[in-house]
Amino acid sequence: MFPIIFLMGFPLVAGLAIAAAPDAETRGRWVRLSVALIALVSVLLALSSMGEAPRFFALGEGTQHGFDLAITAASLALALVLLYFCRRIRPREWYIPVLILLQTGLMLAVEFAAEHPEVEHALYVDSFSALMALIIGGVGGLICIHAIRYMQDYQAHAEGISDRRPAFFFMLFLFLGAMFGIVFANHLLWLFFFWEVTTLCSFWLISYSGTEEAVRNGFRALGLNLVGGVAFAGALVWLTMGPGLHTWELDRLVDAGSTLALIPAVLIAVAGLAKSAQLPFSSWLLGAMVAPTPISALLHSSTMVKAGVFLLVKLAPVFHGTFAGFSLSLIGGVTFLVTSLIAVNQRNAKLVLAYSTIANLGLIVMCAGIGTTATLWAAILLILFHAVAKALLFLGVGTTEHLIGSRDIEDMEGLVYRHPTMAAMLLVGVLGMFLAPFGMLLSKYTCFQAFLTVDVMPGAGVLLAAILAFGSAPTLFFWSKWMGKLVAVPRSAPSPEPKIPRDEWIALVSLTVVTYVACALFPLADLAFVQPYTQALVDSGLIPASADRIPWETIVLMSVMLAGLFTLPLAFWLRRPQYAEVSGYLSGANVSGGASFRGAMGLERQVESRSYYLQSFIHEVPLMRYALIGSALLVILMLGAGL
Amino acid sequence: MSAYTWWLAIGFLVLGPLVGALLAGIDRILTARMQSRKGPPLLQPVYDVLKLLEKDTLVVTHLQSLYLWGFLFFMLISGFILFLGSDLLLSLFALTVSGIFLCLAAYSTNSPYSNIGSARELMLTMAYEPMLIMVALGFFLVSGSFRVSDIVQGSPWQVLQLGGILIGFLFVLTIKLRKSPFDLSASHHGHQELVKGITTDLSGTDLALVEIGHWYENVILLGWLYLFFAPWGLAVALPISIVLFFAEVLVDNTHARLTWSSALRVSWWVTVLFGVTNLLVLPLIGHSS
Repeated sequence: MFPIIFLMGFPLVAGLAIAAAPDAETRGRWVRLSVALIALVSVLLALSSMGEAPRFFALGEGTQHGFDLAITAASLALALVLLYFCRRIRPREWYIPVLILLQTGLMLAVEFAAEHPEVEHALYVDSFSALMALIIGGVGGLICIHAIRYMQDYQAHAEGISDRRPAFFFMLFLFLGAMFGIVFANHLLWLFFFWEVTTLCSFWLISYSGTEEAVRNGFRALGLNLVGGVAFAGALVWLTMGPGLHTWELDRLVDAGSTLALIPAVLIAVAGLAKSAQLPFSSWLLGAMVAPTPISALLHSSTMVKAGVFLLVKLAPVFHGTFAGFSLSLIGGVTFLVTSLIAVNQRNAKLVLAYSTIANLGLIVMCAGIGTTATLWAAILLILFHAVAKALLFLGVGTTEHLIGSRDIEDMEGLVYRHPTMAAMLLVGVLGMFLAPFGMLLSKYTCFQAFLTVDVMPGAGVLLAAILAFGSAPTLFFWSKWMGKLVAVPRSAPSPEPKIPRDEWIALVSLTVVTYVACALFPLADLAFVQPYTQALVDSGLIPASADRIPWETIVLMSVMLAGLFTLPLAFWLRRPQYAEVSGYLSGANVSGGASFRGAMGLERQVESRSYYLQSFIHEVPLMRYALIGSALLVILMLGAGL
Repeated sequence: MSAYTWWLAIGFLVLGPLVGALLAGIDRILTARMQSRKGPPLLQPVYDVLKLLEKDTLVVTHLQSLYLWGFLFFMLISGFILFLGSDLLLSLFALTVSGIFLCLAAYSTNSPYSNIGSARELMLTMAYEPMLIMVALGFFLVSGSFRVSDIVQGSPWQVLQLGGILIGFLFVLTIKLRKSPFDLSASHHGHQELVKGITTDLSGTDLALVEIGHWYENVILLGWLYLFFAPWGLAVALPISIVLFFAEVLVDNTHARLTWSSALRVSWWVTVLFGVTNLLVLPLIGHSS
């Protein structure tokens, strides 16, 4: 139990110490030290939880009471802080303080209810939450290290942005602490408190620069997450005073199954959808792009959005086989399809990454709503691969931006030749996202099979599988054309460009290695973390046992493919073909290599060619409008089916 | 997996190019006859490739050969999986990865013609990919498995149950075989606006690799087509699938090229109307799983 308490409490202490550090040098050192400690403890915890059944911890009565009081006080303080921030709202954002008051009112009603359920086990750890801790501590920690140097450059370039780096790092660590809280709390009130802390942190970090745009986007994130918060508080009210199930414990809620727990589960699902930026709530995550890159990386990969899907996956046994669960899957499906299509339109690398994050989370939500062994398996692996590869890509794009001065994909042309290391890391990220035999491919593979065996209503499974098929096609298109830009040979000789700073280099290389290792050792992660979790659910009769495991032969064939990906470049390196080099074909009218040609009237003309963004084929604005309406209707349908 | 399928898979690796070259040769003769020409000898594609292998290879960047190796490697894997009787979905994924490597090879040369060719190739991939997945899903629904060895032993009625899917598959087969009206990533004729599209900057050994890769691909596609009729036995199923395969030559010679946007739109509509609808009504026409 001590590692858990450490992981939940230490980031707060470390954050305070770092905020109070005398100078930037010391601050950097303390950040590295704290990250190392957090990562070490999460690795130890993960090692000790490998293959273990879930463990629940009861605190002594006095201790628990003390924590309860502290968390109640902290919740009130949190509400006050949020209300204080609301002094900067615009008239049209009036709903934000209203939501804060509503949520606090509901919470107080729950806390001071005449009688409330007793909590036996306040904390727990199972293999899924241990894996989450590994992601939060490892990936989140590396992002913090990347931020040390990145923020220095950021502040140097950004004029008129006040340097609030001490508070910035405090918020980063607070965020990590709250994430650990979310994955270890069995006490729903505590879980809710940590949930709201992440909302606060994300709001503050998104509006970090203090520009008008950043503040507005911060408030949008706050407002949408508060909608989810109110729904969550509503679920707690139901669990305290409602006519049905009375409990404040997550495991009992899940154990109660769909007959008893569906109403609170759909309410919490709304909170999960808001936090994981699913349609119709997705706009906040796109707005979060204004924040410095480490923040986007943190929100997109290991924290925030992962908290949302974590909870949805936890509740999956409740959704299994219900119409509400199917509606939830459809919300994920619509999100997956629409955001994959829109990502094709984008030129800004960060926006491509943002849309692809939302799309991937949509895929995870699709899996959670179905809630069979196979889909949970796919969902958890998707969480793992997405966290690692997306963090790598975000930080990679951030560093590339500092190197080449642009985050436009067109400007990344020839990166393989201009910055081989940087390009290799970006390529590993892209491959990890959608090509690596053990990444997305495997999850999609499992999803198709699992969806077709869904029998909530006739045609349901085919519908989900068709959505997945149509959504995967644009994914392939936008990733491949990005890779195409990276591998293109530059038309003119590249000029020497700056080196990658050390801290950023450490974070990027570690994430690249982790992506490789996660792909190569995927069966181990499966055995150690995923199977024990699904097996425990099967053993307690919450989800049906299923025989559709991936056969060994498929695993072997996938390994051969992965080995091919590894050895082909090696073989190429060893036996490089000796061919003569020429410049690219320009109808024989080349002037200076492949860069210019002799055009009409004998003029020398520069070669320019751009990627396809299909803007005449995919119309972003109307598509998004229909998707918002459709998904809002689906949320209502889900609530209706649950209540 | 039996000894028989192992032989089949190894046979694919060894004899695949030869069969593919014969298919290409017949294709060229048929095309010529439709245009009232005599046409080249049957083995002309083989002579072409042998000549390419003897020529000097010019590259824009050395890395382009690496991407082509990737193209060929995943093509071999895809066919190996198919003929081994293993997982159809996995074979499809490998085929897709292989296509992406070919695009990367063209992208890496960064000439405008290669760029347009590879962008169009990717768009066509986006167009046909959902339909190919529908084919795999359809087989799963009728035979209860993605395994080729189970699909081959499926119900003799499966081709009727999957009628819509078969129509959709024949439609996207035109794209996969780079036939008109969908030959918009690499035209057969060097003098057009695309020059040679995706293969513009490939020459000598590199171009030979692409040709060999396409031979393999054609055998794989013929294999997919065969699966629809497979329960009727080799003697019936193979002739039917070969006839259907060469029906594409007729389509090629009777249609003008489409733009990419109409190609994309039309193939997605076909996928929905024939593919998805077929899957949805499948429970009504009765399936064995």
